[in-house]
Amino acid sequence: MFKILHKDAAAPQVTSLIIEAPYIASHHQAGNFVVLRIHEKGERIPLTIADSDSDKGTITLLFQKIGKTTEELAMLKAGDEIRDIAGPLGHASPIKKYGRCVLVGGGIGSATLFPILKALKREPNKVIVILGARAKELLVWPDKFSEYADETLLTTDDGSSGRKGFVTETLKEVIEESKVDIVIAVGPVRMMQAVSEMTKPYRVKTIVSLNPVMVEGTGMCGACRVTVSNKTRFACIEGPEFDGHEVDFHELVNRLGFYRAEEAEALAKFKSKCKGKCKK
Amino acid sequence: MRARDPQKRSRDFKEVALGLTKAQAVKEAKRCLQCKKPRCVEGCPVEIEIPRFIAAIKDNDFSGGLAVIREYNMLPAICGRVCPQENQCQGGCILGKKSKPIAIGALERFVADYETATEQSESPVCIDGNGHKVAIVGSGPAGLTAAADLARLGYDITIFEALHEPGGVLTYGIPEFRLPKKIIHREIERIKNLGVKILLNWVIGRTQTVDELFQEGFKAIFIGVGAGSPKYMNIPGENLNNVYFASEFLTRVNLMKANQFPAYDTPVKKSKRVAVIGGGNVAMDSARTAMRLGAEKVYIVYRRTEDEMPCRLEEVEHAKEEAIELLLLVNPKEIIGDERGYVKAIRCDKMVLCETDESGRRKPNCSGEEFTIEVDQVIMAIGQTSNPVLVKSVKGLDLWGAGYITTDCDGRTNIPGIFAGGDISTGAATIISAMGAGKRAARAIDAYIKETASLTSQF
Ligand SMILES: Cc1cc2nc3c(=O)[nH]c(=O)nc-3n(C[C@H](O)[C@H](O)[C@H](O)COP(=O)(O)OP(=O)(O)OC[C@H]3O[C@@H](n4cnc5c(N)ncnc54)[C@H](O)[C@@H]3O)c2cc1C
Ligand SMILES: Cc1cc2nc3c(=O)[nH]c(=O)nc-3n(C[C@H](O)[C@H](O)[C@H](O)COP(=O)(O)OP(=O)(O)OC[C@H]3O[C@@H](n4cnc5c(N)ncnc54)[C@H](O)[C@@H]3O)c2cc1C
Ligand code: SF4
Ligand code: SF4
Ligand code: FES
Repeated sequence: MFKILHKDAAAPQVTSLIIEAPYIASHHQAGNFVVLRIHEKGERIPLTIADSDSDKGTITLLFQKIGKTTEELAMLKAGDEIRDIAGPLGHASPIKKYGRCVLVGGGIGSATLFPILKALKREPNKVIVILGARAKELLVWPDKFSEYADETLLTTDDGSSGRKGFVTETLKEVIEESKVDIVIAVGPVRMMQAVSEMTKPYRVKTIVSLNPVMVEGTGMCGACRVTVSNKTRFACIEGPEFDGHEVDFHELVNRLGFYRAEEAEALAKFKSKCKGKCKK
Repeated sequence: MRARDPQKRSRDFKEVALGLTKAQAVKEAKRCLQCKKPRCVEGCPVEIEIPRFIAAIKDNDFSGGLAVIREYNMLPAICGRVCPQENQCQGGCILGKKSKPIAIGALERFVADYETATEQSESPVCIDGNGHKVAIVGSGPAGLTAAADLARLGYDITIFEALHEPGGVLTYGIPEFRLPKKIIHREIERIKNLGVKILLNWVIGRTQTVDELFQEGFKAIFIGVGAGSPKYMNIPGENLNNVYFASEFLTRVNLMKANQFPAYDTPVKKSKRVAVIGGGNVAMDSARTAMRLGAEKVYIVYRRTEDEMPCRLEEVEHAKEEAIELLLLVNPKEIIGDERGYVKAIRCDKMVLCETDESGRRKPNCSGEEFTIEVDQVIMAIGQTSNPVLVKSVKGLDLWGAGYITTDCDGRTNIPGIFAGGDISTGAATIISAMGAGKRAARAIDAYIKETASLTSQF
């Protein structure tokens, strides 16, 4: 059992939980994730470790409510317990001295970038962060990012904060302004694909963090397979980060939609059962 | 052995084989010749004194029979059900030469089940501890056996298991209708009663490293992490929607209970026409599971003939009774998708058997003929290989082949204090051979700790 110590709303639909998990906290490296199961009948879902504190023995998870499990997770309160959490899983991000780095975060994906930002700064590197969201209130942790980053650029689709437009436009300007050594992009698949396509002609190394459906997360089932450089790779143990220029995004999008009917059914059943209580 | 009606059983997850009645068991036991040089024992990887336990059954002393088995095998209710007896104990039985061999597995299952039907719940066993801590990585049959044997010798045992439930393949791989989960739970409770602690959600190599376990005072470590990583065929279309690896398909159903979705949160696709590729236990389990999820038609696609199928005899027989169709001498070459990226057919080569290969089996070759089967789901069950998570985290560990751990006969690796056994050192094998490896390693670990303890006490 893993105890929730603190709960926060990071943005509408986005919740952050600080959870007691001392062994995971002390072994966490930027880029790692956990797989959790809320209760006996729950699904195992992967969530990135957005932050950790090895002295306090805690990890922070940041997630967006999009389906049954994340809705249910968001209903838990400080003091409640999560039945299973396994981790830290996945490869650590390739942290080293690059020079000028750009981190591009879309929506909730930004959370993944936070430990990467901290690690890159320690090297040290110059780090420019570009955060994008549909609207101002959906931007995740802009203040926390600007505390560490050399520059934090915000973009929103509706122009309610920062620049109006898509992250790729801002990224293009940053790249054209002066040489970029690496781009790390995390967010919706479409956004990671757009970023990869944008950087390719400039030959800027681009790392994306893929989010295929996972089951156990330890390399045993193959649910999380993705095609990279025409080869099948298991994202949970060989990723989740891959070279964005080599990823078959089309296949990933297709596979992500595979359980849509079942997901809708589970969510509808859950919402009708907990009538209104879900909103608490 | 008696089995439930194929038509009914192929639509639910209740156990298929019913086991022997008391009268049947005693009658079968009486057939045993009590050979002086029992060939059956040679066939059993843990060398159970088979004639002795059968003699006890003949005398109606069922708990006596079970006690004999337990001297060698901690998990009789499991092995009695799922050992490939025809290649092991029963394969050696002298009666098999002329007529039917003794149903040793069924008898083993009978005494184990008989005891549970009659026994009271077991209370913890008191063992004088020797204070030495040993870590077991992985809670499959190899790890459980090593843990039980070492606990009985007085060691302080902790099992570290990556998943949220113990049991390894027994829990996540083999379906309920072949090996009910309550039997596994019972056997694991028995092991816990010996004082063995099991830490779940604990991925060694990630949550903690082997080095850290040594630093925490563990004197020796047994690695029994299995060979759980699925192999792929490298044919086009393998990543289409509704192409599963058997491991994922079975894990969803067995570990996550996806057959009970939406009462349980994890889904699995229920499909109409299913092709399972492979000819081992994993293929049979997948095919029969697909049938139970409501398929109209299930094919087993295998590139050799039925004689070469590596699965247990009983499984292919049960599969055929359940109206699963075997497509033999057939090799898939492409999985074809529709415009939405979902499976719609597989294209196959018709094979012919030619000269024998290194394994002594005749090699299948393309006949040049080709055909297509329309299916909406494909399950690949062509084998598992070593999972790199733990293996790669231990620096300097000697490996062979595709990342298996090299050991001597007693499970010693090249690193003092680290032992290994089961599928991770042999490649995918059987439950009883994994248990045998756990047993031998337990003995070697005991010897190793005694030796190092006496060395350090000299100073
Ligand atoms: C390595 C990795 C890290 C992730 N990190 C985060 C994070 O930090 N914060 C966050 O909000 N989300 C993260 N995700 C996505 C998160 O796992 C899904 O949002 C979650 O599983 C949805 O579950 P649900 O039941 O609420 O929604 P559902 O209705 O079940 O699913 C909604 C969508 O989520 C995806 N999904 C569903 N089940 C799974 C599963 N078992 N594994 C992966 N994806 C699934 C599918 O695309 C699906 O269409 C991560 C995914 C991966 C693979
Ligand atoms: C579907 C299927 C059907 C089968 N049917 C039969 C049958 O009928 N008869 C038969 O004799 N054999 C059968 N087998 C083979 C048999 O199950 C295996 O040979 C046997 O289970 C191997 O035992 P093991 O202890 O080596 O490993 P496993 O049973 O694989 O257990 C390994 C355990 O280690 C855990 N683990 C892995 N990595 C880590 C880590 N880093 N940290 C912590 N824990 C870890 C895993 O989660 C797992 O629980 C079948 C196999 C499958 C897949
Ligand atoms: S353990 Fe397996 S091989 Fe040995 S006697 Fe029992 S059923 Fe036969
Ligand atoms: S070989 Fe057959 S007949 Fe002989 S002791 Fe073994 S089981 Fe009995
Ligand atoms: S989630 Fe099972 S192999 Fe990656």
